[in-house]
Parts: sequence; structure tokens; C-alpha cells
Amino acid sequence: MPTVGVKRDLLFKALGRSYTDEEFDELCFQFGLELDEITSEKELISKEQNDSKAAGASDVILYKIDVPANRYDLLCLEGLVRGLQVFKNKLEAPRYVRVSPVSGQPQKLIITKETAAVRPYAVAAVLRDITFTQERYDSFIELQEKLHQNICRKRSIVAIGTHDLDTTSGPFTYTAKPPSEICFQPLNQTKEFTATELMSLYRTDSHLKHYLHIIEDKPVYPVIYDSNGIVLSMPPIINGDHTKISLKTKNVFIECTATDLTKAKVVLDTLVTMFSQYSSQPNLKHVFISSSPHSESTETVAQLLTRMCLLSKLTGVGDQIEVEIPPTRSDIIHACDIVEDAAIAYGFNNITRTTPRSYTVATQFPLNKLTELLRQDVAAAGFTEVLTFALCSKEDVGDKLGKKISETGAAHISNPKTAEFQVARTTLLPGLLKTIAANKKMPLPLKLFEISDVVLKDKSKGVYVGARNSRRFCAVYYNKSPGFEVIHGLMDRTMQLLGVKPLRGEGYHIQAAEDSIFFPGRCAEIFVDGKSVGRLGVLHPNVVTRFELTMPCSALEMDIEPFL
Amino acid sequence: MADTGVVEALLLGLEKAEDGVDSLELSSSLGVEHQVVVGAVKSLQSVGEVISAEQRSSKHWQLTEEGVEISELGSHEARVFECIPVEGLLQSELMKLPFGKIGFTKAMSNKWIRVDKTSEGGPLIFRSVQTIVDQVREKLLNVLNGKDAELEEKEKSELKKRRLLSEVTVKSYWITKGSSFSTTITKQETELTPEMIVSGNWKDNKFKPYNFEAMGVPLDCGHLHPLMKVRTQFRQIFLEMGFTEMPTNNFIESSFWNFDSLFQPQQHPARDQHDTFFLSDPALTLDFPQDYLQRVKKVHTEGGFGSQGYKYEWKVEEAQKNILRTHTTAVSARMLYKLAQQKFTPVKYFSIDRVFRNETLDATHLAEFHQIEGVVADYDLTLGDLMGVLHQFFTKLGLEKWVEVGNSGVFRPEMLLPMGLPEDVSVIAWGLSLERPTMIKYGINNIRELVGHKVNLQMVYDGPICRLDT
Repeated sequence: MPTVGVKRDLLFKALGRSYTDEEFDELCFQFGLELDEITSEKELISKEQNDSKAAGASDVILYKIDVPANRYDLLCLEGLVRGLQVFKNKLEAPRYVRVSPVSGQPQKLIITKETAAVRPYAVAAVLRDITFTQERYDSFIELQEKLHQNICRKRSIVAIGTHDLDTTSGPFTYTAKPPSEICFQPLNQTKEFTATELMSLYRTDSHLKHYLHIIEDKPVYPVIYDSNGIVLSMPPIINGDHTKISLKTKNVFIECTATDLTKAKVVLDTLVTMFSQYSSQPNLKHVFISSSPHSESTETVAQLLTRMCLLSKLTGVGDQIEVEIPPTRSDIIHACDIVEDAAIAYGFNNITRTTPRSYTVATQFPLNKLTELLRQDVAAAGFTEVLTFALCSKEDVGDKLGKKISETGAAHISNPKTAEFQVARTTLLPGLLKTIAANKKMPLPLKLFEISDVVLKDKSKGVYVGARNSRRFCAVYYNKSPGFEVIHGLMDRTMQLLGVKPLRGEGYHIQAAEDSIFFPGRCAEIFVDGKSVGRLGVLHPNVVTRFELTMPCSALEMDIEPFL
Repeated sequence: MADTGVVEALLLGLEKAEDGVDSLELSSSLGVEHQVVVGAVKSLQSVGEVISAEQRSSKHWQLTEEGVEISELGSHEARVFECIPVEGLLQSELMKLPFGKIGFTKAMSNKWIRVDKTSEGGPLIFRSVQTIVDQVREKLLNVLNGKDAELEEKEKSELKKRRLLSEVTVKSYWITKGSSFSTTITKQETELTPEMIVSGNWKDNKFKPYNFEAMGVPLDCGHLHPLMKVRTQFRQIFLEMGFTEMPTNNFIESSFWNFDSLFQPQQHPARDQHDTFFLSDPALTLDFPQDYLQRVKKVHTEGGFGSQGYKYEWKVEEAQKNILRTHTTAVSARMLYKLAQQKFTPVKYFSIDRVFRNETLDATHLAEFHQIEGVVADYDLTLGDLMGVLHQFFTKLGLEKWVEVGNSGVFRPEMLLPMGLPEDVSVIAWGLSLERPTMIKYGINNIRELVGHKVNLQMVYDGPICRLDT
């Protein structure tokens, strides 16, 4: 969910009244938003950095409001105020229409075929006769930034350029050229650069360096020229300095270049509808819905929708309502989205609670049922349950246990942020040993267990993703003496709980085995009905040491799925 | 056990006394060490209210070792005086005596003796008075006999300066009769024994009282993990409400089931490398129900089922990417798809299992956590049904501010209809993390104190049973 920060006093001024924090929180809740935080610039800086850095910052109160991810029309003060005012019946829902310029032809943006190789779509509009104040200007820039970070996916899908129309002249051309052939004076620079030079200039720019990768490797870079050959922008990196907007700008030329046409339109619609009463977009959609048998009267529903900026009227045909979807509401793609708005306007807390009528019988997942029962009795046998992570480092399941990672059958993560999340665990043992290492001050003996899933690669048919979970039971005994007999006793007890008799063949037995985890001669394999289900033994001193432990330790790990 | 003779003497003395007895006085009158009397007091205290004893401390003068010697043999100066014959004593001879040096100086200043330096063979010492009174010895004897009150402070401090006296603090008891005072004490038994039960002796024995202020012995027992105890309760709640458990034992999932089937667009931020763990091995899933996959592709790309769709180029390559599931809703999607392949019957499903997010870790976020999920699929479900089910669920949970712990909603038709579910079937669902309500319930602020190998086992040992609705 994006968070929008607005100055409280500006917000109240625009809403025409002030609210207490509680009242405003309630209003947000009713409108489907959440007042996340009440803060100030000063507080934010001192929290993120330190008090000394915050010294000069503003202490004007800021409201941080959580907005649903697809409501781009609420990402700025203007849109928020409009939505809330209509919701409170203080304002009629605006209708947006395109107007032609008073004199002359509409502006044109010509798209050449070269752009197909890098960024194939572009849409544009003109906002005419705008009066910027410092606050409106800031909000305009802020909204672009919010859109860039959200729907534009950090400019990769859509990039916005805004220009002072009076410094330039159309028609405009959107084309693509090799970087060496693009040469202009970019925003806030004093001389001209080629596109190649710009890419190396911005490599160290803390803000722009994040966008370079979008076009860097392409043979041609996108660029927009005016009729005099002046560069308006080189999307998605930087605008030209010549056409930059300022507080004095009257007419704003907005271009959106994109790899996705739908999103480019959404972004352009959002910008123009938020900042103009004279929009250039004709894009009104009409949708017909029928109020469902469970809802309020058709008339009430139409009124509720109108309060949500969705102008609605009865068609007179049955329960049908005609709803006009403004260009601000790109999130509405199905009738169910309209119904959702009606529900918000009605107030979720005003909905009468009912209960689904169907009779259903509950069933437990057999593996979880077995796990629950076994956990209780293993604890009753004197062992303490721990809860460890399903992800770990390669070392934890490989080197530290004396195994090659390729032999473990571990599933590998391609993008871990730290070494703790390189693979999914293939055994529960490392988690238990790490728990002991973090609890060395506890009185001995430590008797721990866990029943949980490990993940193993599996190419068998029916294992669609190429890996499967396997439920394991693992227990360790850590003391001044290895206590193999204790772990052995726990294994016997577990078999008793599972109703398996100590009998070679049709029952369970253990027999000597070799494993790098265990001390030679102190490891046995557990067989049930002749099939191996796990191992137990005294840990190899190398394993003990690699997990930063100092005492002898015995352990048991077995599969519990065969006992279902 | 204390000296029984002293115990008896103490009790007899206390019986005769009007108000009480001082342990120090008692020790001197009985001629025993004070410690012996203290032992008797402690022993009597442990058998109940026979006596009560109040500790006191008093200052008291005592002779040093040298002081004791003087009280027996006389002061050094007196002994110097005594050993000088009428014909006098050579000073060099006197100085050979152990008390000679100090005694000579003191006797000189007392003017008991004089020195003739003119005599041949060295200085000669003579008595200069006929008789002397050894006041130092007398004062020390007074102190020794407990009559130190007769000495003036100045005299005491002078003797202290000469290291003949020292001041000591003595702790003593002021002993008075207790509520069950008696001069005869029967021996108290510590514990009931099998022999007593057999012989019936327990009827006549008196038992030493227990100290109920002390803690019992810590038990050697096993414990369940607090988060798992809460999980058990959540399972219980769902089962009580008639919800069937879903098989969620598949941490690795394809992007298709985790995102695409839920009508999550492929450019959605949640599908970013920064939010989701992708797998390099096994990297891809290739096996999907093909007709269903085509319907999902269509609804994303161009819409249908009453939807305009997202209008973007949907790529199967993106759907094939394996990930660690980011929510258990991936399993719900598989279950609903399976349900749609049969003749529809209403269902209620739940699951509680691990999910994974490639998040930046902090006090409330880990890379993996447990998601609780409830799903109801039935004909014509309404928002009222969702509100009603949620209300029942959270009432059982005993959480007042439940809006803050989870999400809920109605699944979109773009998700359900491509699966093949009937048009008049709605599916409502809600989800929350297991960790968050547990942290609220147990007042834990840092998730790392609850989950993972770094938790303090003492927290596990000390955890109460989990009763969510109280």
C-alpha cells in the first residue's frame, strides 16, 4: 500500500473544516483508507537519521495516509480532498471533458517506428491555464514521483515528462536514436552532453542511477524533440533543461512514454484529472450494473455510488443503474469494483452480519493431525519443542554436516538478501544445534525437539514444482555425556506411540550405519518394515565444533510421513 | 541440634524472668560461649511460637591480649617498681626485662622511680616512693568484671590508646515468651515416613512446619513452543467452526498458482525480486492444466467474465518461475480449482502454515512467518456473511482490535470464473499472521524473541498454556 503524506493544515483548509485526529482517522476508515501516522518532517528525519540533522527541519504536522495500491487518484492532496468532499456530499462529483485550445490546432505527438526497439508507447496531453502556487507545484512534482514509484514500477513501465509548453512548439516527435547521436542540455546542467556522456555522468547520481539500467543496454535510446529540434526529454532518464516547468508556467505539456499502453493512459489520466478542471481526456466509460437481491434499494445504491465520484442514475429498466466511470478511476475494471465502492459508501460496519447457511463437516489434514498428537507426547517424554527457520545457509546443511551441498538435494534461492536464506533446509538438525548454541547458559541437559517440514528436490512425476516437503521429527540431547541411551529411548518411545513393535521385518529395528554427521561406530539407521526412515547417533565432534558447541551430543532425525 | 542443656536452661530462665532474658547475660550466667546460646535461640525459633527473639546490638569494652596479661600480673610500670631492690638496679639490666622499656617510661612519668647517672658501672635506678597503687590494673579488672561503667570515658580512651582495651559491637537477642511457650520441647519430625504410617506414630509426633514462602523445586519436564501452542488453538477454533484443513505442505510454488491464478498482474510489486524469494533450482514449473492456463492468460490480457482485464502482455515464462510461496492463498487457489473440477458443493477451508517474503528484517518482520487463512465457498455469499464469519472467528480469538491484524475480502470473479466455478458461487476469505496475535497476546515486542534459533529457551520453559478467549 502506498502512503501519501499531506500537510494537515493544508488538508483541513481544502476540506473547509478541521478535525481532531480521532475524527479524521474515523473519516479515513469510512472511506476505505487508513491514517497510518501523525508526524512531521522534523520527526521523520530525527527518526531515520538523528536529532542533530533534524534541527532545521519543518515541524508542520504531516498526516501519513495509507491508500489502496490501485487508487492512483488518491495519491495527492488534490485527489484526496476531492474524493472526501464528494463522499461527504460537500461537492458534486466532477465530470472531466476534453477541451480544444481557444486558438489554433490541438498539439500532436508523432511516434516513429524506431521506438519499438526500446519503449514503444507514448501518450500526451496539455494542461492549459494553470496557476501554480508553491504548494500546488510541490504537489504536482510529488504526485509524479508517487506514480513513478508505484504504477510506473520505478519508471520501467511508464516515465512521465512535464514541460512548459510556452517555451516550445509542436508538433512533437517521439523517436529513438543511438546514444551518440542524442545531444542536449539536460535539466539542471549548464552544458550539452551526448546520451553516452549522460549515462556515465549519472552513474554516480544517487537518484538517477537507479533508472539507467532500463535503457542502458539498448542500441537506441528514446528521445522527444519539438518542431525546432529541441530535446524535451530522454525518457525514462531525464528531461531537457530548455522546457523545464516553474511556478510561472501556465500551460503544461505532459508526455508519458511506456512499455505498457494501458498504464501510460492511466498515468496521464491521473495527472491531468488531478490538476485541471479542463482535462484533455474524453475517456468516460459507461457501465451498467444491477443491484443484487441482498442490497439496498436501487435508488440508494445510485446515491451511494455518486458519493464515491461514480455518477449514477437509474435507467428505468428493472434494477439497472447506469454508472459513469471517470478517467480517475482506472482501478474499476469489473462491476464488482463498483459494488465495492457502494459497500464502502454504505459503511462496512452498517452491514448486517449473517452466517453462511451450508452445513459442512470439518476434517483435519492427516499429516498435521499426526504431528499435533506426536508433539504432545514427545513433550510429555521430557523434550522441549523449538521452532526454527525453514531457510538457512548452504553451509548449515552442507559443510557443517560434512556433506557436499550438491548431494543434499537442497532447493536453492536465486535472490537471497543474506547468506541466512540461501537454501531451504534439508534437515531439521542445524536449526536445533543453532538453538543450543544460542542457549549455552541454560542448565544441562538440553533436550530439544522439532516436528516440521524440510524441502527436497524431487523430479518424480506428480511433483509439479520439482521439489516437495517432507515432514521430519528431530530431537537432540546435549550434556556432559553423549546420552545415546536417552535418544535411543526416545526413539523406542516414539515407536511405541506410533504403535510399531521392536521387531525386525514387521516392526522396527536399528542397525549400524555410517554418516558424516555422526561419530564413527556411534550411528544407526532406523528401519520400519524393512524401510529406512531415519538415523540416530552421537554427533561427530567436527559437527559439534562447527556449530560452536563444546559438549557431546546425540541426535535423532526421522521421517514421519511413513506412519500415516 | 543445639545443646539441650542450654535450651532447657534458657526456657527455665525465661519462665522465671518477668519480661525477658538477654542472651549475653544468659551466656555469662551459664558460663557458656554466647554462640551456644544463639544456637539454642535459633533452634527454638524453628519449632514454632515457643519463644520470640528480637535482635539487639550493643557496644561493649573488652580487654586486649595485653590487657588480660596486665589484669593478671600488673601494669608494666608496677612490675618495674616491684622488681627494683633497695640498693637499686642497673638500667641496662632493667631494659633486658620484657616489660622494662614501657614500664620504665611510665614509672618515670609517675615519679615512682629515679635514675642515678653518676654511679659507676652505668646508670642506676632506685624507688622514689614507698608504695604505689596500680590504677591501670584496677581499671582493667573493673572492665573484666563487667563494671566498665565505673570508668570515665577519658580513662577508657587512654587505655584504648595503650592498646589494652578495645570496643566491640556485640549482637545479642532479647528473648521473650512466645504464644505457645512451654518449658518442655518435644522433638519435631521433618517428614512423614512410611514407618510412621505403618506404626501409627504420626499421631503422636509433632512435625516441623514447612516454609511456604519458598518456591518448589523446578521440574525436569518437556515444553511445547508458545507459537505452536497458539497454532493448536487456532486449529481448534477452525475445527469448531466446521472448517476443513488444507494440505499446505508445499513451501515451493510456481508463480502461476501463487500470483497469476489469483489475478495478480505480472508487474505487481509483490512479484518483485525485492519481495519474493525466487528459486534457481528447481527454477521452473512446466506442468499446468493447459486449458485453465489459457483462461488465466486471457483474463489478464483482454479480460472476459465481465472484466476488462489488465490489458498487458501476459507471459507464460513469468508464470513458470518457481518461488517460495508468499501466502497460503496459493494452496487455496489449487483447492478451489480442484473443487471447480467436480460438481460444486459448498466448502469451508482453513490452513496455518509457513510463508516467505524477501523482506528487510526488523523487529516485526522476518523472512518467514505463519499465515492463518480461512476460506468459504458457497452460493450467493454476501459481505454480511463475511462480516458474520469474521465476527464469530475473532470472538473465539478474544481479540478486540481485530481489524489491525489481518485482511479479508471476497475473491474476484476474474479469479474464480476461469477456474470453472459456477457464476453464482462466491468465495470469501480472510488471513492474518500467527505471530502478530501471539505477540499481542504475550506482550512480545521483537519477533526474534518468539521465533527462530535465537529465542531464549527460558521463555519456552516459562510459557503459560494458551487460552485465547480469556
